[in-house]
Amino acid sequence: MKRRVVITGMGIVSPNGVGILTFLKNIRSGVSGIRHFPKLTELNFSCQLGAQPEVPETLQKQYFTDLELRNFNSNGILYGVMAGMDALADAGINVAEKEGEPLWDLGVVFGTGTSGVEKFREAIYKLDDGNVRRLGSTTVIQTMASGISAYLGGKIGAGNWVTTNSSACATGTEAVLMGYDHIANGKAEQMLCGSCSDASPYVWGGFDAMKVTTFKHNDTPKQASRPMSASASGFVPGSGAGAVLLESLESAQKRGATIYTEVLGGSSNNGGQRLGGSMTAPNSKAVQKCITDAIRNAQITSRELDYLNGHLTATAKDPTEIANWCEALGRKGKDFPYINSLKAMIGHGLAASGSMEIISTVLQLQHGFVFPNINCEDLHPEISELIDREKVPQEEIEVPLKTAAKASFGFGDVNACIIFRKI
Amino acid sequence: MTSEAIYDQLRDIIKVYLPEDVSVDSITPESHLIQELNINSAHLIDVVLDVEDAFNISIKDHELQALDTVSNAIKLIQEKINN
Repeated sequence: MKRRVVITGMGIVSPNGVGILTFLKNIRSGVSGIRHFPKLTELNFSCQLGAQPEVPETLQKQYFTDLELRNFNSNGILYGVMAGMDALADAGINVAEKEGEPLWDLGVVFGTGTSGVEKFREAIYKLDDGNVRRLGSTTVIQTMASGISAYLGGKIGAGNWVTTNSSACATGTEAVLMGYDHIANGKAEQMLCGSCSDASPYVWGGFDAMKVTTFKHNDTPKQASRPMSASASGFVPGSGAGAVLLESLESAQKRGATIYTEVLGGSSNNGGQRLGGSMTAPNSKAVQKCITDAIRNAQITSRELDYLNGHLTATAKDPTEIANWCEALGRKGKDFPYINSLKAMIGHGLAASGSMEIISTVLQLQHGFVFPNINCEDLHPEISELIDREKVPQEEIEVPLKTAAKASFGFGDVNACIIFRKI
Repeated sequence: MTSEAIYDQLRDIIKVYLPEDVSVDSITPESHLIQELNINSAHLIDVVLDVEDAFNISIKDHELQALDTVSNAIKLIQEKINN
């Protein structure tokens, strides 16, 4: 018998808002976190836009000691630690005593795509100059993939499973699923789950070279990211971190913790880079299977879904994603759930996208609203043929929501889908 | 450079790496960097790099073991400067 799992804490470091309250206010009113980066112009990027959280030094010092900040150059870890520690504090959980036992029942699954890219660049320059001995003691911990879970694990004193997952743009959603399974199977009481991604030209450059980012809006950053729009022309690269504290229902009730939502279940699978799927394109059959498996695993029917938080990156694949949702849910037109994409406001957070979007999903369930799909005044005709326009709100709407699905898809033909329910 | 002047500068370098529960006042010429001041052994490498920068010297791998106490470190730095 699987144990019930709930969310009792949240934290976010998003390009359009650092901290849950600011983020909540800004997603409700459609505030964009996308801006022009002169550095990208200088570097001859096609897309000279990006999205990066604003974290002043004074705020950094609330999470890191002066010593930790010395030679620190890994902003993904910065964002991840802030979001993770905020989620823990929000859940009312104290870190382990300095001289005491670790928290044996608390673990961390915190994903990333690459870690400390700027730090790695710094190291490469020194090394190529024959100065390997000048790298210092923190190059490894800032650039190892598991840097983020290691930083968090140490700050918290986590004594359960502490690991980092990586599955491209599905990383954040997958991390929450991994933590969910771990608690549901009785192996931990609390799991801090989330993901982070560096803000850096060295992360974004590869996507620019692939021409999957937009080059049409360098002068109009707020209008650049256009999920589901007929004029969508590619994504805007982003960064940040999101974190949730997952907890067994039993533990949450025992502590009298505030419960935001229940995680009913989910699924992650792979299209095998077959049947139209490839390293970079999704196999639609696998996407649909991931969604239907998630629904089955959550023991609900597709009819119960009120709201979908799509992957919807603002590329030519958005209409395909909508078709896949319609097919998987057996719902279309006016019968389709509400759907939106956070990427219109904060771009594509890559490895961080799933976790930041999960925070937005939980907030909508908690407060009963659907945030606006900014930049989607010209809904793609292939999408309006499938679902009713009112299901893609342009303005914020207040509506009680009970059950939501969040899906993320990524390079390598990876898929992940989670079902949340307000209780 | 007098050993007092080296001591003052070294103290400023070391204090950055002290754990939160060890105060700057605990640094004395006799202090053992790892055993008494509780400096993380990985950070000792950073202390060495900072010392190299501050005194414009280069410390070889085989000389690292001489950097066990504050006074031994001062002795090594003094030698290097004089050479």
